[in-house]
Amino acid sequence: MNFPLIVQYGLSGITVGSIYAIVAVGFNIIYSTTGIINFAQGEFLIIGAMMAISLYQVVPLWLAIALAVIVTTILGGLMEVVFIRPVRNASVLRLIVITIGLSILIREAMLHIWDEQPRYLPYFTGTESSTIAVFGAYISLQVLWVLGVSAVIVAGLTVFFRFTLLGRAMRACADDRMAACLCGINDRWMVTLSFMLSAGIGALAGCVISPVTLTQYDMGAPLAIKGFTVAILGGLGNSMAAVVAGLLLGLLEAFVVSQFAAAYKEAVAIVVLLLVLVFRPTGLFVRREIGALRAA
Amino acid sequence: MEMRFVRILGVFVVGLALIGSGCKRSAPTPAEKAPAEKAPTTQLPAAKPQAEAAPIKVGAIFAITGPASFLGAPEQKTAEMFVEQINQAGGVNGHKITLLIKDSGAKPETAISLAKQLIDEEKVLAIIGPSTSGESMAIKDICQEGKTILLSCAAAETIVDPIAGYVFKTPQKDSDAARRIYETMKEKGITKVGVVSSSDGFGVAGAKQLAGLAPEYGITVAISETYDKAETDLTGVLTKLKGQDVQAVINWSIVPAQSLVAKNMKQIGLNVPLFQSHGFGNIKYVQAGGEAANGTIFPCGRLLIAEVLPGTHPQKQLLLKYKQDYESRYKEDASTFGGHAYDALLVLAEAVKKAGSVESEKVRAAIETLQGVVGTGGVFNFSEKDHNGLTKDAFEMLTVENGKFALYTKK
Repeated sequence: MNFPLIVQYGLSGITVGSIYAIVAVGFNIIYSTTGIINFAQGEFLIIGAMMAISLYQVVPLWLAIALAVIVTTILGGLMEVVFIRPVRNASVLRLIVITIGLSILIREAMLHIWDEQPRYLPYFTGTESSTIAVFGAYISLQVLWVLGVSAVIVAGLTVFFRFTLLGRAMRACADDRMAACLCGINDRWMVTLSFMLSAGIGALAGCVISPVTLTQYDMGAPLAIKGFTVAILGGLGNSMAAVVAGLLLGLLEAFVVSQFAAAYKEAVAIVVLLLVLVFRPTGLFVRREIGALRAA
Repeated sequence: MEMRFVRILGVFVVGLALIGSGCKRSAPTPAEKAPAEKAPTTQLPAAKPQAEAAPIKVGAIFAITGPASFLGAPEQKTAEMFVEQINQAGGVNGHKITLLIKDSGAKPETAISLAKQLIDEEKVLAIIGPSTSGESMAIKDICQEGKTILLSCAAAETIVDPIAGYVFKTPQKDSDAARRIYETMKEKGITKVGVVSSSDGFGVAGAKQLAGLAPEYGITVAISETYDKAETDLTGVLTKLKGQDVQAVINWSIVPAQSLVAKNMKQIGLNVPLFQSHGFGNIKYVQAGGEAANGTIFPCGRLLIAEVLPGTHPQKQLLLKYKQDYESRYKEDASTFGGHAYDALLVLAEAVKKAGSVESEKVRAAIETLQGVVGTGGVFNFSEKDHNGLTKDAFEMLTVENGKFALYTKK
């Protein structure tokens, strides 16, 4: 295997990995404020992308994406208010089951609205065939968009959670809801906000990856599985780690393809998920003690 | 506590109701539509002296939703349209056709239960479909044992080889598609190719044909890889092909990955000709591939190029009529896949006419004697040994020019 080829596998891994990462970030936001794994996260991506695709028929691309993100954000909030809030003193498991039900419901609704055909947004810059050469290998401009948007989202979230009052309030709720309430934080709205935030980020992610992966009504679930694996791998609740974990999984898959039959690729994520759950349930990037504290 | 439980229950019931209505999506449409549209015609029974014969029950299993909806949706629409046309013209030998369309979502296990239902409960004369090869293989034995005619709309050759008495198929053979691809490669002087295929029935069968036929044409398959049918990125697999310095890539699948292959090849700078299977015959794949789809070469039935066929070609009239009917009714481009369902119903109708009976054994035997039936896929000549009835001449090599299908000509 010569050098350009190795770089090409690397770039391929980064392409896929950046997509996984951006999905995983959405999981983490809701998890860190509520402890729920939102299995409808994949559907947020598809709703966002589908809406942007429809809007793009009448308005410019950036506006279509902006509107799609806003509408999906509102939908995410509505979903929490209508389905999660009324039962929110229930166990986490029950809430997770509700999100699974919601994901099926949203998927079927999308089938009715946008039918079964794959759709797509145009490439943000250039066309299908424009690429950049890196050490004799090539990468699509859109992949750079995916990477760039992931980076901006993670940076934005870090700033939001660390330095703004609202973000700190959300973290406080995650830490100890009772104490947060006593400090005058409206915990119900914090949960709603976390759903809105992850829906909005999901929609944006869906739009950015749409030119590369195409968008079909039932694509959410497979994406969510990969995103979930990555979120676990990085340690639930840790967005920065999710990005690293996403790229790691992408690279791992790419190099498995390079050495073994490509059919084994699908097994990689599952094997990684099992190994992490058995040997390092807190994720790769969380120190064990902290993980244990959190679990307690 | 009870209150809360009731609420959860409510949420689930609402969810289930919506899902339920989603699944039934395809089923009610024909039933609802048919009476409304047929009402004026049934008011005037033009010239039908004989007493109304019992209707023929025909089942149809199509992948109307799911990953193979590109196939199933046009098949469903075509079948509805064609049955309506047949019934308006007085049916087959005076028998009206009652079509029961089921959506399998491209899942073999769903196809199995639907087939059992159609055979055991509905007691249909024949089943049209399924859309995909995996599903067709899954119900091949069930139809044979249930003595119910199966007219598959899927491509894999294994459906009719080895032959099962009751099982037929209308799409062209995949070995013939492979032959046409290799012939074209030979003309272009290509000798070393890489194959990628989807890990479903269609892809697996195609990859096997390509591997088996390659030596005959002096072509080496340097590498053959499969990918998951829900794959969203193929750059990894294609990089592997790039590493083998292949002179051309053949992709064999029906899933949207067909468009991804074209895009991803361009993305990683793998600038060799791309050949696709006859599964590429839907303009939507071309649109989804954008600029990258230009130059793709693939074998296909003549439907897509009906307009440019010489006036003397036996299929021309039929193809133009089908295309016009379909496009004016559904406001979308006709694809070769819908044509497979058309052919399946056509073959069944011709066989019923020839047999002069609606007994499954007699109709089955009649199909084996059908000769020169002009369909959308080609001219069918069935026999006891050939349950497909088409030769490789049913294919034409096409290419994509500026986002449109065009006849491939040697340069």
